[in-house]
Amino acid sequence: MTAPASPARTGVWVGIATITMSFAAYTSALLVRQGAGSDWQHFRLPSILYFNTVLLLVSSGTIELGRRRGYAWLIFTLGLGLLFIAGQVLAWRNLAAQGLFLATNPSSSFFYVFTVLHALHLLGGIVALGYVLVRLRAPTGGPPLTALGAVSLYWHFMDVLWLYLLVILALRL
Amino acid sequence: METTATSHHAPPQGFLRKYVFSLDHKVIGKQYLDLALVAVVIGMVLSWLMRFHLGFPTTAVPGLGKLAPTAAAGGVITPELYLALMTMHGTIMVFFVLTTAPFAGFGNFVLPIQVGAEDMAFPRFNMMSFWVTFVAFLVLVAAFFVPEGPPISGWTAYAPLSAIGKDAGPGLGTGQTLWAVSIALFCVGQLLGALNFIATTLDLRTKGMTLMRMPLSTWAWFITSVIGLIAFSVLLPACILLILDRVAGTSFFIPGGLVVSDRLQPHSGGSPLLWQHLFWFFGHPEVYIAILPGFGIVSHILPVFARKPLLGPKVVLICLIAIAFLSYTVWGHHMFLSGMNPLSATLFSVPTLVITIPATIVVLLWIGTVYGARMRFTTPALFCLGFISVFVSGGISGFFLAQPSIDTYLHGTYFVVGHFHFVMGVAAMFGIFAGVYFWFPKMYGRMMNDKLGKLHFTLTLIGVYCVFMPMHYLGLAGNVRRYSTFTDDYMKGSLPLHRFITIAALFTGAVQLIFFYNLIHSRLRGAKAPDNPWQATSLEWSTSSPPPFDNFGGHHPVVTHGPNEYGVKGPTGDYIMQASSDQPVTS
Repeated sequence: MTAPASPARTGVWVGIATITMSFAAYTSALLVRQGAGSDWQHFRLPSILYFNTVLLLVSSGTIELGRRRGYAWLIFTLGLGLLFIAGQVLAWRNLAAQGLFLATNPSSSFFYVFTVLHALHLLGGIVALGYVLVRLRAPTGGPPLTALGAVSLYWHFMDVLWLYLLVILALRL
Repeated sequence: METTATSHHAPPQGFLRKYVFSLDHKVIGKQYLDLALVAVVIGMVLSWLMRFHLGFPTTAVPGLGKLAPTAAAGGVITPELYLALMTMHGTIMVFFVLTTAPFAGFGNFVLPIQVGAEDMAFPRFNMMSFWVTFVAFLVLVAAFFVPEGPPISGWTAYAPLSAIGKDAGPGLGTGQTLWAVSIALFCVGQLLGALNFIATTLDLRTKGMTLMRMPLSTWAWFITSVIGLIAFSVLLPACILLILDRVAGTSFFIPGGLVVSDRLQPHSGGSPLLWQHLFWFFGHPEVYIAILPGFGIVSHILPVFARKPLLGPKVVLICLIAIAFLSYTVWGHHMFLSGMNPLSATLFSVPTLVITIPATIVVLLWIGTVYGARMRFTTPALFCLGFISVFVSGGISGFFLAQPSIDTYLHGTYFVVGHFHFVMGVAAMFGIFAGVYFWFPKMYGRMMNDKLGKLHFTLTLIGVYCVFMPMHYLGLAGNVRRYSTFTDDYMKGSLPLHRFITIAALFTGAVQLIFFYNLIHSRLRGAKAPDNPWQATSLEWSTSSPPPFDNFGGHHPVVTHGPNEYGVKGPTGDYIMQASSDQPVTS
């Protein structure tokens, strides 16, 4: 049976709606929590976050190159994704070195919640991209291009989501 | 990323693949229904224990003293145990019965067949959906076996008591953590399910199955999955923040300076109201997650037995969508007592009253469908009529509760208990029963016993009215809810009525044994079911009973008619099937 539309793509759009909704919930929690108590401490975001942002933006470009020009760019994208995660780990260590842990202050709580959850979602994208890469190399023929299209859609969304989170964190923390 | 979903998958081999880790939506649907059956038995036994104690507060429950030597010394239920029973009853029933059975259970089995698909869009996610939900159930039930027992914070788990930990009371240590983890897992399971429902409905419809030709049952599951998608993706964050407050020492929901059990809690500045908002933003739509599949089932089944087309199917559809939309604007009506600004209360009150309009229109259209019909009073038809009855009875009390001034008096009383049990619990259960009696022949290839079914229906209908109607009067008389005994002062007078309710509840529960007997006996010994025993039109009746693993035996039905063609001159009777001119084509 040839499906008239691509369920993989629909699935990713539905996933995007879900993740958007859950981060909307976290954002509203942040706004309410900041207004509820007088214990909110502002702190400077680790500057490595901006470097990580550049990495992620570049990776969105390379995944598109990968869709057009091939395998090597996709592996490069995977590497950039992993590098981003490593960069986020450095940001967490930086905060920990300043004595800012998950439970130190509501502002740091939200910082860790936002960044860790984003990293976990991006890891999902990395696993999916890895899966597509393995399938592309399989001798029995690769997955339909819709799978790669769906993964890249998700990847771009991770980009947009990160930009949004960065703006919220920069404005509120 | 699942990409092979639309291709023909081979029939499963081996016991594990066939019955346990099955990718087949029909098996997964049955697994969900079996899980709901186990859950409903546990939930019902818990409610019996509560009712027994309310009716006979000083009498020991036989055997309970041995099961729970501290919580029920000598067999008499303590207030703490009562609250634990209440919490587990509510959580099990709302999540693992009223969500799993009508939505995940029937939806999984029927939806793909009704749209003419071979399976769900993502069979692996579908399997994960069930098994994550199953683990969530095990985690919740594990709370019975930890030293301090299950949580006592109610199914709504209001912060700060649910967030603090052991200091807040028995069961609020490990038990409450298990609760939060269980519900978080449950959200993940249902999100995976909703993802499948939406993608399958949008992308895998067979030729000719336009959106307007979809049966209303499928429409209802589709709309429910959209509601579920939004609701569970808010409850999941709420649960994660609650878990962090409990285990990581954060202060999302716990205010500063809180002294509980003579100990200053090491938290600051959190907002207990934040939990209520997040919870009810999920919680009210959850009511519709439980009831909308019932709306779909009744809209689908009623015309089959009225032998008339459903009145105004498009209006019904518009009303279901309107209800779904409005369900996100009313959550504050659960919080009128939280010290809410009267202006906000009004803002929540108005849509609460408005949402009754589409619901009323649907009910009137059902009654109009039945009006003047030569009804075939089979068991599923009776449960549909019963659904309308209990939904109206429970819905009417909603008009009172929607108004903040009246709700202020009634909210903490049995009036609310009667209201939501009728409108959400019993109505949804009647929808489930209608679905079981209707689709059982398709699921297992055997008919259920109609005489036993009618007996089950009649006694259950009488039973539920005896249980929940008096609760409205108790509430009006000021009988508060959540208390374990009413032996003191002004509440003494309510004891005889409580005793009546208890006896009615035990009776109604015992009546369900007829259903269990019918279920098991029919599965083993029931009369062989023909492909289309009810002379219905939708696609599930175009295939064999039970359907082959790929639903239509290698061919794809072509749909030429809507689902509502009853009372017409058809080739085989007074109906035209959706795939009536379908010529089998092998793929």
